[in-house]
This record gives sequence, structure tokens and C-alpha cells, in this order.
Amino acid sequence: MSQTVIEPVSENADASTEPLLQIRDLEVGFQTQHGVVPAVRGVSLTLYAGQTLAIVGESGSGKTTTAQAIINLLAGTGKITAGQILFEGRDLTALSAKEIQDVRGRLIGYVPQDPMSNLNPVWNIGFQVEEAIKANNVAQGKAARERTIQVLQEAGLSDAEDRLKQFPHQFSGGMRQRVLIGIGLSARPKLLIADEPTSALDVTVQRQILDHLGTLTRDYGTSVLFITHDLGLAAERAEQLVVMYKGKVVESGPSQEILANPQHPYTQRLVAAAPSLASRRIQSAKTAGAGGEAIFSEGSLDATLVARAAEREADAAAKDLISIQNISKLYRIRTKGLKYNELLAVNDVSFGIRKGTTTALVGESGSGKSTVAKLILQLESITSGQIEFDGQDVAGLKGAALLKFRRRVQPVFQDPYGSLDPQYNVGNTIAEPLLAHKIGSSKERQDRVRELLDQVSLPWATRYRYPSELSGGQRQRIAVARALALKPDVLVLDEAVSALDVLVQGQILNLLTELQTELGLTYLFITHDLAVVRLVADNVCVMQKGRIVETASTDEVFDNPREAYTQELLAAIPGGNFQFGR
Amino acid sequence: MLWYTGKRLLQMIPVFFGATLLIYFMVFSLPGDPIAALYGDRPPAPGVIEQIRAQYNLDKPFIVQYFIYIGNFFQGDLGTTYSGRPVSDVMAKAFPITARLALLALAIEAFFGILVGLIAGLRKGKFFDASALVVSLLLISVPTFVIGFVLQYVFAVKLGWARTTVSSEAPFNELLLPALVLASVSFAYIVRLTRASVSDNLNADFVRTATAKGLSRRRVVGVHVLRNSLVPVVTFLGVDLGSLMVGAIVTEGIFNINGVGGTVYKAIKLGEGPTVVSFIAVMVVIFVLANLLVDLLYAALDPRIRYAK
Repeated sequence: MSQTVIEPVSENADASTEPLLQIRDLEVGFQTQHGVVPAVRGVSLTLYAGQTLAIVGESGSGKTTTAQAIINLLAGTGKITAGQILFEGRDLTALSAKEIQDVRGRLIGYVPQDPMSNLNPVWNIGFQVEEAIKANNVAQGKAARERTIQVLQEAGLSDAEDRLKQFPHQFSGGMRQRVLIGIGLSARPKLLIADEPTSALDVTVQRQILDHLGTLTRDYGTSVLFITHDLGLAAERAEQLVVMYKGKVVESGPSQEILANPQHPYTQRLVAAAPSLASRRIQSAKTAGAGGEAIFSEGSLDATLVARAAEREADAAAKDLISIQNISKLYRIRTKGLKYNELLAVNDVSFGIRKGTTTALVGESGSGKSTVAKLILQLESITSGQIEFDGQDVAGLKGAALLKFRRRVQPVFQDPYGSLDPQYNVGNTIAEPLLAHKIGSSKERQDRVRELLDQVSLPWATRYRYPSELSGGQRQRIAVARALALKPDVLVLDEAVSALDVLVQGQILNLLTELQTELGLTYLFITHDLAVVRLVADNVCVMQKGRIVETASTDEVFDNPREAYTQELLAAIPGGNFQFGR
Repeated sequence: MLWYTGKRLLQMIPVFFGATLLIYFMVFSLPGDPIAALYGDRPPAPGVIEQIRAQYNLDKPFIVQYFIYIGNFFQGDLGTTYSGRPVSDVMAKAFPITARLALLALAIEAFFGILVGLIAGLRKGKFFDASALVVSLLLISVPTFVIGFVLQYVFAVKLGWARTTVSSEAPFNELLLPALVLASVSFAYIVRLTRASVSDNLNADFVRTATAKGLSRRRVVGVHVLRNSLVPVVTFLGVDLGSLMVGAIVTEGIFNINGVGGTVYKAIKLGEGPTVVSFIAVMVVIFVLANLLVDLLYAALDPRIRYAK
């Protein structure tokens, strides 16, 4: 495969200059009980000074392993088995432990994926930045402290001086990621490896941080090796793309070229699936008129979605199935001693959901969108206002009436790892709601499980497996099947696809769309990602700080967003600057 | 933090009364008559027994006895043993010896346990790790008295490096061998705890990030692995300090040390209510304080733990 790959050559780099980083036929394997399992199988790539190169692929494609191999951060059993990593002409794979330690941080910086777990919880922020500065001999003593403040300020923490003594748990995810970026750039390295630096963050925060990272690296002339699973994001942030699949490079070249004309079937699937790109395509298809259709890959997610988007306008039912009027939720947060702080998580929110439609509730974390879901599901009591379901006031339902309501409104949550009981096999998990509501005989329940597994496109044999044996996408299918077990009218999908890889995300969205058509379901779709909204929702409610700032149909929101906040969210979808359709 | 400490100290009051009442009741309901037992086979005149009973308040109902005892306790009068020695005297002799023994054992097990556990965790699967695991398993499964007798025989009898029995003053150097025996089982647990904790933390994301910063291996381990790994170890040490203070009966027996364990054991056999209860009361206080210390150390090691309420 590697012979067919054309090594990316940058237009802006002088062909005579030596590349900053050159990986040649890299092979990495992990030692297991069953011998060495290869994770990276002959990867080659070239990165010139001042350039940004993105490695794209799904989880397990070997992109992170490739990046970690560069500065030998491989976990215990991982080993480079063949190939060369030339950094400024020096082969990093041949360096001693002491020599590679000198390269780390000083010449090659690293920004890890998950800001929540990558700062040591027991040391304060200032300490953790300062030790990087001292270790790389950027500054010592008092100067190191001043440099620490400067580094953090540059990374976007304006109040760095006051927060040096604070601990990671006192920072938000976005702030922690800024700290990690600060650490990665603290010694002004020549190369920065950014491994999914924003996957765990909100879209708006993601955009701010990537913009900031882009500015910093441009100012310092730092090259960036960017790892991501989102092709849209990669193409927006990097000039060069390397697409990896199962440990191999399947395609590489300038971003725009790959996006416009993907050669490898896997790349084509990635281009078709990435919600960020798909939502942009739908938008450009609308403006381009009939000519736009050619850009959709055949039989892909898009075709179904576009067809549905057209349908939507036609079959609008007259009456709201769920009608929410002026609901508020006040939390009292105990601070010190007997004092309370009041937090208005949901502030005077009203909207309606029509039968058979999908209403999306969009906003960043802390906007109160999940609280609204909990209020509708009757998992939390409302402070004031009214929630009507099918003409009936549901606030304060008790006993049998509440149980009956729950049968008709079912949730699917974000984390498919956390929402399934690891001790329950799939069959029992799906049958549990039936058992809880005492529906059918054992035989009937089994038939229903079979039917449900079929609906979510999982084989019947899956029923004996346990959550730990399934992939994230499979688990989320199980969660959907469980929610459907009681034949509900409404599904409340709280960030139901946010934790999944793009390809899997596409599959689940497709499944949800099909099920909606088939079963006449009504969805309340809660997400921070407007790109996903574009694909599935009929109506959008944009939430900010507990309030709904904009309510409109999806088309309206995307065509002329009224509020500045909505515009900001829209701009945060990666891939805004691409030209689709030749 | 001050609030929290104060609250915890206040919590000691009900614990103190509950524990002493319970122990008093249990000693009270032990079968047999302690006074009659004192005289053995030759019973004294009936009047004498009655007189002694009245002297020790044994003729009053249980709850009255308890309150008389507690009243005296707070005036510093812990009562006397049935042989006439003040209980406070017995305590003043036994507790310092046991405290020396316990602290010595604690220091040994903490230092060597963490050291061996750390090295084993860093070299997981290698020879050192495997040997440490085997040795710790051996120490856990062999009873203390066997280890005690073996060490006593080897070091005291054969090599003559230590005394077989400890003198009544029990200075630190004589207590070294008993402390070693006492520390052996806990040492094994600490090795295993530290090892597991270290090898977990070695795989933590923040350790990888620390390495990526360009820190030396020594610093990564010393600063980012060790401190995070100590939290479970400290918990164990705190609880262990409590049990070392109160439960060294076997070791004290082997080396003939007149510590707390042996004294309480004798007092229970004689049915000496005041002696048993007084010792237990002090032990309860030690235990609660040790636990409080652990909780405060927790917060010092892990800033995420803050006792607000």
C-alpha cells in the first residue's frame, strides 16, 4: 500500500530545504500474550518547518500510536519494530533514554487529548507549568515563575498570576486544555504534537482553542502534527492530510485536494460521514440548487437525510405532543456553613415539540439543556412552569400515572459505557424495561428483544454478550433498543452521539432517522454540536445560560441565524471555508 | 479544615461513652465471681466478701456502677486493680512501652514497605517484583508467632544479636526485633498496596504528559507517581497504627514485654472491670485520633479532598 502513497509535498516549503520531520516505514507493535500485535504498519510522512499536518482516522487506526512513537511515549509494551523517525535529520528511534528526554518538551512539545486526566490532580497549576520550564532549561528560579505566568497568559489564561496556586479540579475543561497547550509550547519547540486536543470540549470552546493554538504556532513558527478523527476539523486546521486506517496510510496530500476528490474508499466514507462536512454540504447543496446533488456519495447518509429534510416541511402535525411553558429550575448550592448560592439552571423556558418531529436543544455545557431533559423526563422536579404531554400536565405525576408516562417517554444518554450495567448481558438489558413494567410472558419478551435487536441492526446472537465485549457504537445501539422496548412515543436523546467516532456517529444518526420514519417517533435531541443538528432536526432551540435565545426551524437557523450566539455556534462547525461541488 | 477537625473531635464524645459502656457491660456480664476467684479454694468469712463487694461497688446495679466509674474517671481516678494497685500506675507502665513498640514497627513497615513496593511497581513482572510478591505472600500467610519464634531463635539464640526477652524498661534497641516481627505482616500489605498503586499511576495520562514535558524519569516517578500512590497507603498506615497500639498480644507474649496487650488480656481473665475499661477507653481515643490524623493527611496529599462541612 505504501508504494501507491504519494508523499505530501508542501507548496509553500522550498523543495531544497530539509524536512523537519520525516517518518519512514514506521512499524510499531504491542507485546501481548499472543505475540506482537502490530498497531502501525509501515507509515511514512513528511512535515516541513512551519507546516501543519493532520493525521486522520478512527479510533484504533494507529494515529495516536504514530504520534507517541515520535518522542517514545508508547505505553509499556509498545515498541518500534522497524523504520526511522528523522527529526532535523537525526533518527529519534536510535536515541538513548537521556537523549530523547532532551528532545521532549524542548524540541518537540506535546498536547494530549483529555484535559481532565492529563494534569496531575495533586499539584497546583503553577507547579506543573514551572517544572516544564525548568526541566527544559528555559528559565530558572524567579525567572521561571515569571515565565510560567507569561506562558499561561499567552495560552489564554488572562488571570494566570492569581490562579497559579489553584489545582486542576478548580479549572474548567477548556481552561485545563489551555494550560496543557501552555505547557506544550512553553519551551518554544520546533514541533508540536497535538493529539485530539479538543475532542473532549464543546464546539465553541474547541474553536476558540484551535484558533488560539493556530495563532500561537504561526507566531512562533512552530510546525504542528495534528491528530484527529474529524476530517472536517483536520482539513480546516491543516494544509496537509494523512488518512490512516488499520495502521496504514491509505491516502495523503493537500487537504483541499483530498476533500474534493477522495481516492481511497475509506477516505470517501470519512468524507461522507463527518457531520461537520455533511451539514456544510447540505447547506451548499441548497444554495447550489440541482447541480449540487452530484457531490453526495451514492447511497450515503446524505441521500436519506436530504430526502427527509424535504419531507419535513410537508408533514407538520398541528398540535404539540409536548408543550413546555415557562419552566424554571432553581438549584440551591451549599457553599460554606449554612449559606446557599442560588443557581437558575433553567430560566423561563418555553417550547413545543410536534408529534413525529425532531426538536434539537443546542447549547454549550452549562447552558441548561440537559437539565431541561431531566425536567421533561421527570427525573428532577420543576421549580415553576408547566410541562404538558399529550394534553396532560405531567409535573408532579406519581405512582401508576408516572409509570405510564415513563413508558411513553424514554431517554438515551451520552455515555454508552456508563449507561449500561456491565453485569447484565444485552438480552437482559433490553428486556429489563419490559420486566419492570410487567409486560408479556418470558417468551413474548424474548420475541420483543429479537425484534428490537433487529431494528437496531444487531444480530440475534448479541443477546448473550456483555457491554464490555461491545464497541461504543454497538453499545449505543443497545441503549436505543432498550429505550424502544416499551414502544414509547418520545425519545429524549441527551448527547446520544457525542461520544462516538464520526463513522459510528453517522451510522447511529442514520439508524435514528430510519426508526423515526418507521415507528413515527418524536425526538428531543440534545447536543452541543450544530453540525449534527443540521442532519437530523426539524426545529432548533438554542440555549444559553439557562434561557432559550432562539427558536426556529433548522433551515431558518442555518440560513439566517438571528442571534449573535447562534452565529457563533454555526461558525464553530469545522469546514466553513471549503468549496463543495468542484 | 479547623471546622472539620473540631467536629471530628466532638464526635469522639459519643464514641467514647458508647465504647466504654459497652465494654463495661461485657465485663460485668462475664461469668464467675471475681472476688470469690481472688480467694481461690479457701472461701473467706461471708462478711469479708460483702465488704469487698461494697468497697468496689459490686453490690450496686450495673448502670450505677458505670456512672460511678465514669465520674471517678473524669476526676483522674481510674480505680484500682483487685490486687490493690492503682490502674493509672499500670497504664503509665504499659502504654509507653507499647507506644515505642508500635511506632518503631510503624516506621519500619512504612519505610521498607513503600520502598520495596515502589521498586516492585516500577519493575512490574521483573525478578525483583516477583520476589517481593512471593515474600509478601509468605509473610501474610505465616502466622505472627511462627515468624516471631523463628526470628527470636535465629537472631537472639543462635546469633546472639538481640536479647531473647525484653527487659522491663524496654528501650528502643531491645524493641527492634519485636518491632520487626510486629511489622512483618503489615509490611507485606504495604508492599502490595504500594506496588498496585504505583503501577496504576504509571499508566495515568498525567504521567505520560509529565514525561512528554521533558522531565527526567527520576522526577516523573518522585513527583508525579509517588505522591499520588501514597493515598491508599496512608489510609492503611493510620488504621494499622491503631491496631498496633492495641493488638500486639502475640508479639508481646513471645518477647515477654509488659505492654498493653498482655495487661488487658490478664485483666480480662481476672474480670477486672475498671482495668479493662480504662485501657479500652484510652485505646478508643487513640484509635479515633489516628483515624482523624489519616483524614487530615489525606487532604494534605490530595487537594481535591476538602472537608468543607
